[in-house]
Amino acid sequence: MTSKLQSLPGLIIAGFILLFVSGAFSALLLHSPGFDLAVLWSDPYYRHVTAFSFYQSFLSTLLSVGLAIPVAHALSRRSFFGKELLLKLFAATLVLPVLVGVFGLLAIYGNSGLISQLLGFFDYKLPFSIYGLNGILLAHVFFNLPFAARLLLQPLQSLPVENHKLSVHLGISHWNKFKLVEWPCLRQQLPHVCGLVFMLCFTSFATVMALGGGPKSTTIELAIYQAIKFDFDLQSGALLALWQMILCGTLAVIIQRFSRPVPLTSTTTSSEPVPFCDSKSARCWDLLWISAAAALVIPPLLMVIINGLNAQFLAVVTDIFFWSAVKNSLLVAVSAAFIALIGGVLILITSRSWRLIGLQFRADKIELLGAIILVTPGLVISTGIFLLLRNITDLFSLALLIVIAVNALMALPYVIKTLAQPMLHIAQQYDKLCSSLGMSGFSRFYLIEWRAIRVPIVHAFSISFVLSMGDLSAIALFGSQDSTTLPLYLFQLLGSYQMDSAAVVSLFLLMLSVALFALIEKIMVKNNVVK
Amino acid sequence: MIKFCSVKYQYQQEQFNFDIDIGTGNIVAVLGASGAGKSTLLNLAAGFINPLSGDIQIAGKSVLDVQPHRRPLAMLFQENNLFAHLNVADNIGLGLDPGLKLTRDQKAKVADICRQVGIEKLLPRLPQQLSGGQKQRVALARCFVQNKPLLLLDEPFSALDPVLREEMLTIVKKLAGKHKVTVLMVTHHISDALNAASHYLFVEQGKISSAGEINNLNAENPNPSLRHFVQAGL
Repeated sequence: MTSKLQSLPGLIIAGFILLFVSGAFSALLLHSPGFDLAVLWSDPYYRHVTAFSFYQSFLSTLLSVGLAIPVAHALSRRSFFGKELLLKLFAATLVLPVLVGVFGLLAIYGNSGLISQLLGFFDYKLPFSIYGLNGILLAHVFFNLPFAARLLLQPLQSLPVENHKLSVHLGISHWNKFKLVEWPCLRQQLPHVCGLVFMLCFTSFATVMALGGGPKSTTIELAIYQAIKFDFDLQSGALLALWQMILCGTLAVIIQRFSRPVPLTSTTTSSEPVPFCDSKSARCWDLLWISAAAALVIPPLLMVIINGLNAQFLAVVTDIFFWSAVKNSLLVAVSAAFIALIGGVLILITSRSWRLIGLQFRADKIELLGAIILVTPGLVISTGIFLLLRNITDLFSLALLIVIAVNALMALPYVIKTLAQPMLHIAQQYDKLCSSLGMSGFSRFYLIEWRAIRVPIVHAFSISFVLSMGDLSAIALFGSQDSTTLPLYLFQLLGSYQMDSAAVVSLFLLMLSVALFALIEKIMVKNNVVK
Repeated sequence: MIKFCSVKYQYQQEQFNFDIDIGTGNIVAVLGASGAGKSTLLNLAAGFINPLSGDIQIAGKSVLDVQPHRRPLAMLFQENNLFAHLNVADNIGLGLDPGLKLTRDQKAKVADICRQVGIEKLLPRLPQQLSGGQKQRVALARCFVQNKPLLLLDEPFSALDPVLREEMLTIVKKLAGKHKVTVLMVTHHISDALNAASHYLFVEQGKISSAGEINNLNAENPNPSLRHFVQAGL
């Protein structure tokens, strides 16, 4: 197979991405005349916003990753009933629509949440408010601690069983084993995990929008939104967006430099239990951490389900506005997921053909381009597109199209990350055979890739679907009466304190994303086994 | 030296039942097909798994209630005998103090044993900078600094080439003789057994079906499966 032919699809997609991003970027540049960063520094508010962005991300990362270490450690050596389910839930918090998670947290820690009601019963008042830094940290820990724990669990599980046997045999105590055996293996993964979590918190939009917001707890991301949506100050909005882009770019480079992500093998949960010298105190210690993590993750999700079935249920589901939001959300999620999947596969077809002939560097570059959204957060791109198209056409008629494009771009890194290894492996195995049989193009994709690696392909699609389903950052700027999606609708309900209706919408959003996610995977994977 | 008294164990569908008494100073080759229960025998002795019933005695005392690290034995696995992120000196040092706080005497002991197995130049290296044979030498050195009367070898040399394997067995034989150590070594190679062992035992479907002195390990053995095993291996 000539590599020229295989280079084409990826290059075309890469061209589209570049065009889209540079369009947004140039619009931002045009709207911030002089691009005067000194303005940002001299303005105490923006200085505060920048500092707060770093401060909250730093604290969130410290708490999430710091607490994830003992949780991952405890999970690595214990097996118990429901462990698999707990790990599945841990994986769900990252793809869970942010506002659903936020709603669940509000239902427990909020001013009229479960805890406050319980305390009220004893005539006590809630000693903290969930709005502001507290809530932002709580939500970020809720979303990222399970994610970090899962990432840290993998290196621990990859320790050879002989290492555990040796530790028992040599009588290495718990603390010494952690220090000498487990910590060195965690440490390799830590910079990567910290970097990821920091980036996620730094660019977190919906959480801060729902729980922060006051001038005291505003991040750059939110300040962009407020400048454009409320103050109509396009210039500041553009300047802040560029500022955010520079910071994210710098962070990404630093993270790339300091963390060599250890290649993670697919989670092989060995059937053989890990031997270690157990003791009562060790059991208590592990129980403490596992139940604390479960207490963090499970109740908010339960509350979403319990609260969702309330008196407002009928009123909400008979509202035509609600159904139009459902329709828009499905449209956005399905289209964005398809575009992301096709784009990702085309990029990977190109990058793997380059890898096979030794052009590693070039292949890395094009895959990196697919992940460009990590440097230019969704809101920044939307802001650019918003400014670009504002004068040309009626923005709100195009709203959904733009949201689809931005969401597809946001899902692309996940598609590439999920499929890069399987696509490369299958090419290494069968490329020569395929070309000797003259298989190419779509029929080859269908007969080889689709048949062989359908599971990761479907997984990439469902992740993209769920992410787009729950995303608020792209729609926030463009949403109008006609083009509301479920997350935006939920946000409006939360903003106007219609908690009962918000509960119903949360439940729907949870069902649509997580349940559909599980369903797609189940059907496709089952079919795969039958064939 | 080590005695299995009707030791019963079950893993999933497989049942194991061991009964054997091994004399002090013997070097016993443990033979048998894959999955017959050779490693299970060693894991029971080492205390990584516990029998359902029966008793295991080492030097006349039951070790069932003894923590693995307090049992008077040292052990070597087929692979991953070394912690990948610790250098050779630390990996050996762990055999003397599990917290790695070594006295000057202990450090001298490490250096001494390293000379005996010929790895004194490798002390600062990490396992990834060693060859397969060097890694197992380091692991063997750790076993000998532990200074235990019983040594369990779970196929540690089977991945090495024949020349290296013979070299390693010679070291084991020499050191075992010098320190009066009893050795139980699992192996697939009849030649290893004939070269190094004084006795053999043959494990078949979770039981020891034949045992005796090494000169009985030949194609005329009364046990038909063992005869077959020997013929295939020669």
